[in-house]
Amino acid sequence: MKAALTLLLLAVLATLPFWLDNAYLLHVVIITGIFIIAAMSLNLLLGFAGQLSLGHVAFFGIGAYASSLAALGFKLTTPFDVTVAPNPVWLSMLAGMLAAGLAGWFIGRLAFKVRGAYFVIVSISFAEVMRLVAVNWLELTQGPMALNNIPPLELFGHAFWKKPENYWLVLAVAVFSYILIRRLVHSRAGRAMIALAENEALATSVGIDVTRYLVLAAVVSAAMAGAAGALYAHYVRIVDPDVFLFVYTVTMVIMVVTGGKGTLAGPVVGGLIFGLLPEGLRAMAIAPEMQWIAYGILMVLVVYFLPVGIVPALRRR
Amino acid sequence: MSLLAVRNLSVRFGGLKAIEDMSFAVREGEVLSLIGPNGAGKTTAFNAITGYLASTSGEIVFQGRSLRGLNTHQIAALGLVRTFQKTSVFGGRTALDNILIGLHLRGRQTPLAIVMGLPYVAREEQELRAEARRILAFVGLQTRAEELASALPYGEQRLLEVAIALAAKPKLLLLDEPVSGMNPSEKASFMAKLGEIRSLGATVLLVEHDMKTVMGISDRVVCLAQGRIIADGTPAEIQSNAEVIKAYLGERYKRALG
Repeated sequence: MKAALTLLLLAVLATLPFWLDNAYLLHVVIITGIFIIAAMSLNLLLGFAGQLSLGHVAFFGIGAYASSLAALGFKLTTPFDVTVAPNPVWLSMLAGMLAAGLAGWFIGRLAFKVRGAYFVIVSISFAEVMRLVAVNWLELTQGPMALNNIPPLELFGHAFWKKPENYWLVLAVAVFSYILIRRLVHSRAGRAMIALAENEALATSVGIDVTRYLVLAAVVSAAMAGAAGALYAHYVRIVDPDVFLFVYTVTMVIMVVTGGKGTLAGPVVGGLIFGLLPEGLRAMAIAPEMQWIAYGILMVLVVYFLPVGIVPALRRR
Repeated sequence: MSLLAVRNLSVRFGGLKAIEDMSFAVREGEVLSLIGPNGAGKTTAFNAITGYLASTSGEIVFQGRSLRGLNTHQIAALGLVRTFQKTSVFGGRTALDNILIGLHLRGRQTPLAIVMGLPYVAREEQELRAEARRILAFVGLQTRAEELASALPYGEQRLLEVAIALAAKPKLLLLDEPVSGMNPSEKASFMAKLGEIRSLGATVLLVEHDMKTVMGISDRVVCLAQGRIIADGTPAEIQSNAEVIKAYLGERYKRALG
């Protein structure tokens, strides 16, 4: 039953570009898909390892910038002379994931030094500092003028220019990310992360090195968010400092919390609903301000009536 | 040979001397109880031994190896596993998951192998699950495997807690007031279980207030009062020790000795 439903869902998703022949709507779906990947990565850190990091957009932005810069190539004169020639996009995307993963390692190490509310503040600040760097380091990022003409991904001599191709690319990465997280949480490593979130003192008493597994969660989560950022950069093909805006972290948190944090399907369900809802409301042709009010009300209702999220609430039936 | 040796251990919190110059040893295979009035330093000793607290001075040696500078999880990996005075389980997870977490040290999967989905990972998961079910059955919770730990009645949560510790395969099991708050029948079945744990070859260091329990199960008893050891001997010796009676009942009951 469950397997049949999964297959049906995958079939619908895989054939979507064939029956959704509206380029704008497909664009919305692609962006939503990219955010779902980011939300899934946040869920690993927030839902499974229990760390409230509100700077998740930093990893997304670092992935976007690092991948774009590696693909475009750049020349620095200060603080030292560096010249990077343009790289193939698949390689630059890996560089974006690596850069984001490194930032995740740093944040993961930090989480044990700065606890609770302080960690939340530090993580928000981290993303904000990244944004300021992107705005002000003109030589590298061109600041508010943005990085333009970012090349699309090219694999086996085929460049991903068209929307349907990009859709399938995002879908493939999303499915891959989902499988990766599922493997992780159903393993010894995932249980160690869950144990840390549930009861840290008890976890260490049975020999779990909680620092190690938190850092692992942070690195995997950050690299995955970096991949989402890289996908975004090479799809939209322009990256400006606004990719570091706090509101994108909020969007990811909404997707995770409404869908059900600490569940595999949660960020997907929450992401589909709250990613596509603005378009649905627009289609109903109500005034723009009413759209956002309706969005907010629905969110409040979900959190109020289903405090653990949609997926756990459905499962309990 | 002693499995665990505590030598001249002192723990101070600022000016407060929680433990003062404490020395005792746990022999392989025995059940040693640590008793004493409230505030005597029993739980503090547990915390110092298992690395949750840094000791001010003194030495803790386990199987000939000093535990100084080791983290809690490293101490657990050596075979020193504790339970907590306040019930402590992974409340949001099923009983079976709780044991699976306890089996952490027995797993060999590396993160890379997990992510790649190598076949040995799945095989090991199967083995760990079977082992977790065996441990649940051992403490009599096999019918509760799929229930949330937080939904279990109190006595069963305490059993689950011990089962989690057992999963970590302790050489020395440290139990901090395991029967506190249990009703008499729960207590009795818990004590029977402790006898079985013993026969499996685990050495047990027990902190307990319930004297009936302590005297019934222990090979030796160490009595603490205000951070110092005041008596060390067999249950019978402790029961007739003047210092112990004084610590528990006060000076004027000394004549209760007769």
